[in-house]
Amino acid sequence: MKRALLNLSVASLVLMLGATGCKRPEKGVTPISGRGAATVDTSTSANPPLGGTPGGEGGLTSEPLGPGGGEQAGLDTFEGYLMDKERFAGQTIYFDFDSSVVKLDQIDKVNAVGDELKLLPAVKLLIDGHCDERGTEEYNRALGDRRALAAREVLVKYGIDKNRIRVRSWGEDMPADLGHDNAAWARNRRDEFILLLPPTN
Amino acid sequence: MMRMTQINHPAPRLAALLLAGVTAFGADQVLPPIDRLGIGDVPPIPIALSGYTGEVAQVLEFDLEVVGFKVVPESTSGLQYILSGKNDGRVEGTLRDAVSKQSRLHKAYGGTSLRQQAHGLADDVVKEVLGLPGIARTRIAFKRDLGRRSELYISDYDGYGAAAITSDGSVVAAPCWAPGKNLLVYTTYLAGNPDIMSHDLSTGKRAYVARYSGSNISPAVSPDGGRVAMIMSKGGSPDLYVADIDGSNLRQLTKTPEDESSPCWSPDGRTICFSTRIGGRRTLATIPVAGGAVKRLNTSGAVNPSEPAWSPDGKWIAFTSQRRDFEICVVPAAGGTARTVAVGEDPSWSPNSRTLVMVQRDKQANRTLSVLDVLTKQRKTLATGLGSCSQPTWAR
Repeated sequence: MKRALLNLSVASLVLMLGATGCKRPEKGVTPISGRGAATVDTSTSANPPLGGTPGGEGGLTSEPLGPGGGEQAGLDTFEGYLMDKERFAGQTIYFDFDSSVVKLDQIDKVNAVGDELKLLPAVKLLIDGHCDERGTEEYNRALGDRRALAAREVLVKYGIDKNRIRVRSWGEDMPADLGHDNAAWARNRRDEFILLLPPTN
Repeated sequence: MMRMTQINHPAPRLAALLLAGVTAFGADQVLPPIDRLGIGDVPPIPIALSGYTGEVAQVLEFDLEVVGFKVVPESTSGLQYILSGKNDGRVEGTLRDAVSKQSRLHKAYGGTSLRQQAHGLADDVVKEVLGLPGIARTRIAFKRDLGRRSELYISDYDGYGAAAITSDGSVVAAPCWAPGKNLLVYTTYLAGNPDIMSHDLSTGKRAYVARYSGSNISPAVSPDGGRVAMIMSKGGSPDLYVADIDGSNLRQLTKTPEDESSPCWSPDGRTICFSTRIGGRRTLATIPVAGGAVKRLNTSGAVNPSEPAWSPDGKWIAFTSQRRDFEICVVPAAGGTARTVAVGEDPSWSPNSRTLVMVQRDKQANRTLSVLDVLTKQRKTLATGLGSCSQPTWAR
């Protein structure tokens, strides 16, 4: 187990060095959306609206989005980071039905993620919380949030700075398995860990 | 706009009321609904349609049955009303009491499609017999599930004429109609995080309401359209917040380690009902918007209640109970014994507080929208033609 972790960390370092020396993102690495000047452009969509509203108004227009009101705590510190979903694919943790408790047999995987973060001080982490479909939608969205937050707590206890970790809930909207049985649901009740690489300019 | 032509005067109002009094439920139903009648236990009002064909006949049947009428053959014993007329070129309708033959309504419609004219006639029948504003010309918004992405749509309340509101190729959720405005507030993952956005349907203008670190989900617009209640986890756990509709003046209302979800407003705008956990058990709870203590809402008989929806008349809270399947339950707004009215989830009230729009799932988790008359439990499925749809919200 220890050797496997070490190998993973070395591989990560190599990848990191490769990434910083490369102008284009690695395959499987997608940039994280900025929070500042996001735009909504419905005109270029491959799936345009069917038409105006039944109320008779014309088609949709688009324009740059201004920020919401109030302070937007800590979001900009993640802007431009590149998401690597493959790196921690083996560390996905699974939950019991309707529970956000990180089970004992899952903690090693969370700590493995923590080990990497300790080795790579420049990287950050995104935790995606997911649910199976057997709850009401908005309840599940909150439950996915608690699952991601629970893993963050484990990492913070393991010595990782809370400010390096962003959490995101998808509720039941991003199933890993599109099936509708116990096995599929078990695979869908999960936290995924996504490595965030600093912008490469 | 629809033009309505009065052909002649309907029966004098007093006579109509007296006549209604001798029918089985007419007298009570002229009064505000649900009050003194058992939820789900009310027999429907038998009505016969005569002279209508095709789409108009279908629209009239749908519109009347989701507010408690039952369309039956004219020969049916116990028949209470006969609606006769025609739909060649324009819709005309005469409503008569089946026993006294007294005319209650006599109108012709025009200026728009036959479908909309039929909705207008149905609304007039509802107004005349039940004393309620009709819902046949209202709209809903809902989420269309497209695998791992989703888009928002709006349609007529019966699912007809659905049109996309978003085409972002992202995930959107929890649309909520701002009362009295042509504006939706919803959750979008457009910027990679669940954020809350307002969307003016007249201009297409979209603006963020809340995009803090963590989740910004489950928006509910206040009855006056000026504020948004929502769930945010920027404080380390999903808690209930309120802000102005532009995102300013943010206030945190709950601070618990539990996950609050699905807020809704009382019609006077003073109280928010939401789903949470107290003593380890999932429950509905209320909190004064001005601040104060969280109070458990009694929903005796319901299991794992969530997704409360406060009726616009203030009297009832509908919600989802999760036993083995999802069930829609209704309790008095002050709490009480839950009455199960249907299999389904995620209810939203019609503007006249009589009908609910909701979601039903099949075993493959395909979701279908339907509308249900709470008093008679009569239900109609909405044919949106869009596959799996969920999270309906009724425009008020």
